[in-house]
Amino acid sequence: MATNASADEAGQHDPPYVRRGCPPPPAAPLSSSQAPSPQAAPESTATPLVEVVGLTKRFGGLVANDDIDLTVNAGEVHALLGENGAGKSTLTRVLYGLSQPDAGEVRVAGRPTRFRSPKDAMRAGIGLVTQEFSLVGPMTVTENVMLAGVGLGRADRRAARSEVLDTAQRIGVHVDPDATVESLSVGERQRVEILKALYHQCRVLILDEPTAVLVPQDVRALFATIRRLTAGGMGVVFISHKLHEVVEIADRVTVLRRGRRVATQPAAGLDPARIAAVMIGVRSTESVAPEVVDQLGIEAPSTPAAAADDANGAAANGAAEVAHDGADVVAGVAAGAPEPAPDTASPSSSPPRPDATIVGAAAALGIRSLGLVVDGVPVLEDVSLSVAPGEIVGVAGVSGNGQSELVSVLCAMTQPTTGSVSVGGVDVTGLDPVGRLRAGLGRISEDRRRCVVPNLSVEQNLVLEDLDRFRRLGFTQRSKVREHTRRLMEEFDIRAQPGDPVRSLSGGNMQKVLLARALCRRPAALVVAQPTRGLDVGASAYVHEQLRDVRARGGGVLLVSEDLDELFALADRFVVLYGGRIIGELSAAEVSPESLGLLMIGHAAGQDIAGDAS
Amino acid sequence: MSLVRRQRESRWRTPLAVGVAVVLTFAITALPIRGSGANPISAYRRYLVTPLTSANSFQEVLLAATPVLLTGLAVAIAFRAGYFNIGAEGQFLAGAMGATLPGIQLSDLPAWGALPLALGAGAVAGLAWAFLPAWLKRVAGIDEVVTTLLLNPVALLLLQGLLNGPWRHPESGFPDSETFGSGYDLPTIFGSERVHAGLLIALALIVVTAVVLSFTPLGLRLKAAGQSPDAARFSGIDVGRLQWRCALVSGAVAGLAGAAQVLGVQHQLTGSIAVGYGYTGIVVATLGALSAVGVLAVGLLLGLIGVGAQNASLVLQTPPQMGDLVTAVLLITVVSCLALRAYRFVRRRPATADAPFAGSGVAT
Repeated sequence: MATNASADEAGQHDPPYVRRGCPPPPAAPLSSSQAPSPQAAPESTATPLVEVVGLTKRFGGLVANDDIDLTVNAGEVHALLGENGAGKSTLTRVLYGLSQPDAGEVRVAGRPTRFRSPKDAMRAGIGLVTQEFSLVGPMTVTENVMLAGVGLGRADRRAARSEVLDTAQRIGVHVDPDATVESLSVGERQRVEILKALYHQCRVLILDEPTAVLVPQDVRALFATIRRLTAGGMGVVFISHKLHEVVEIADRVTVLRRGRRVATQPAAGLDPARIAAVMIGVRSTESVAPEVVDQLGIEAPSTPAAAADDANGAAANGAAEVAHDGADVVAGVAAGAPEPAPDTASPSSSPPRPDATIVGAAAALGIRSLGLVVDGVPVLEDVSLSVAPGEIVGVAGVSGNGQSELVSVLCAMTQPTTGSVSVGGVDVTGLDPVGRLRAGLGRISEDRRRCVVPNLSVEQNLVLEDLDRFRRLGFTQRSKVREHTRRLMEEFDIRAQPGDPVRSLSGGNMQKVLLARALCRRPAALVVAQPTRGLDVGASAYVHEQLRDVRARGGGVLLVSEDLDELFALADRFVVLYGGRIIGELSAAEVSPESLGLLMIGHAAGQDIAGDAS
Repeated sequence: MSLVRRQRESRWRTPLAVGVAVVLTFAITALPIRGSGANPISAYRRYLVTPLTSANSFQEVLLAATPVLLTGLAVAIAFRAGYFNIGAEGQFLAGAMGATLPGIQLSDLPAWGALPLALGAGAVAGLAWAFLPAWLKRVAGIDEVVTTLLLNPVALLLLQGLLNGPWRHPESGFPDSETFGSGYDLPTIFGSERVHAGLLIALALIVVTAVVLSFTPLGLRLKAAGQSPDAARFSGIDVGRLQWRCALVSGAVAGLAGAAQVLGVQHQLTGSIAVGYGYTGIVVATLGALSAVGVLAVGLLLGLIGVGAQNASLVLQTPPQMGDLVTAVLLITVVSCLALRAYRFVRRRPATADAPFAGSGVAT
């Protein structure tokens, strides 16, 4: 194996890369002698970097991956799309050596290879960057990168540091190698993760929902990095829920549904609507909420599309490439549908607000100069906002700017240091969760597993918040509980048995349990945090529908989310938290991803202008 | 070989794990039993079967099970709520001392007044012994595992101090208290001369606990608080207060166990009461999966093994500690097997996984 030093040297002396202004990635053992020429790279017909052939993975009776084929060529971004449970993570785990396939194989550079552990995968040139970073906070960037490579033996800090700098420069990012990781922003940490993967000379980089945690500016920087990597001959597997990003960055798209590959298509000119229709398939057609359709610019997929799509799914199994018919039919439906409004994705198209904002009426949720100091550090400062009945107020912000604390205070899990909270005009600041529930506050916090008791059953969790309603003479009234549970499970379409422990439920069903529990009391005000994090398209649409219903019947919703698409789809008004303060407020009419993104990274419009003028 | 977490769980795996643990326990303990010169098979028969063959020895089993049923229940109540009371031993001793106080000071009381008084005093003493750690936990968040554990030797020292000081037997001079007044004898039951009403108290409390855990809102709140305190708090359950109350109830039940032991068996306070019933209670509660029925089953099983071990030591000349050894190994194997039940073993395939990009002439 070539040493890092020689690899660098080789890269630096490779004229074509330099001429193109796209430095090669550090995967240099190859690029020195055997890499395809950069011109050939993007449409390489040569052996793919990584090839998955007929991969099948079963968990008991469940087929998580059913005969999946996937190729990643040099210089290509291959997007992997699918709902939750479609098999993306299973495929990723197999590719990275975390699971063993039951059938089929992974070929690296044409050679069948079996990864017994991530170590093997790394040695074969596969890198993975997940949503949760595996970085050690108190250590520096260089040390973190070194951790990735060091076994026993000498660790050369100086060499590692210069390699970090070189690599960062080559992929066009700025990273301070001596900064401790805990001082870095999320976007910077992600770059460190990418550097770590590159330190292993990876040729194929798997990015698992890399944009989920980033602000728009960071997303653009990430895309630039990805383009540089692929220009240098690397292959990237890009996993995302966000369709417009996939269309923007990917060369090819593979869609998985229920463990099967239903389509592989070139991304060029692909309509997000089509991908979504293929992705969602039959199962959730009825639950495709208007806003998903809005975003996608099509009317709700109708039955023919669904049927064709299903057929297409079956066909795609046998077919080697593009699922042609299905896509065509779906496209036909899309074309036949009424012309989508050009601005469908913009916030102005969000449904008209019900006329519940009566002037003078008590706010559904009132927050007055809320402050919270934790260990002497103010994490919330003078936060004031009110949510009118029949309104959804979106709280945006990069994670860690006080959102979790705000939600925690509103949910009565933390007592604020200063300020007050009211529900329907009634001060609830001093009340415990039970008191606030009675006052008409509904709560869905961001960490589902801290809202439900995973080991208790669906039924037990559904009644946990208002057990007193089911008590007679000190005993639980089983029949009443059972009836209540049956009704809620039906109403909220919770697909489980009442006796199943909640931990065995999918994220979507778990969220439905929470929704059911919060909404069955018809709350006047609802606090929701990251309601669709980790949910698939169908479940997300369902959650959004429910939130709209709350608004429609006059409830006020405070929606805290890091998913801008979600905020745009639902919110009537936006506030941005930055450093524990509300740094700006925008109406649906004046908001744009850019204006929101600027606020999220702390550029308060007024302040900056003032600062520049003086 | 490597361990891989199972994707799904099934119901039959728990009894299977317990079965495997029992077999493992026999296999492991066969060695020391053999080493002490006895045949393991006949030793196990003595442990598990012989005590059940005569009415007399069966009553001994019930007698031996009585204190650990109560201490096991005490520990289970606290653990259920997520309060790790390791101090049942100290609370047990405190209960024994509490019952002794009226027993020797008011020795003339008739049974109708004496028994409730002594049992109540025992429960209150156990509660008082549990109070300090519970209070420290409630107001200052101090870990109860450490504080409850450290109070155990304090209770033992107090007991020895009393027996060597003010409560020393005035006539014999031995470190034993005087014999209680006759009103303080717990009545015997089942026509036996030894099995006392403490067993009825234990059974009644087990039934009450089982009903509360399974059929009341309080039981559900307890389970939620113990298994996921954050989620319980989110759902409006005052976890701190619940744990505080369970800690005190736990102490009271352990104290009651101590009181029943002196009132039902010894009729005086002696140092021999400190043989670790409180610690055994932790074993009973854990092996019984913190359920009331589990406590009942395991408490009786340990009573069986205890009586059987005595029998075996007489007949087969095995050391009397062998029963404790079997119990201890059983605890370890059961806990291990229950933890392992969520995993399956995967044998590493000897396939090759070299690095193609590092080799020559592999890539395009």
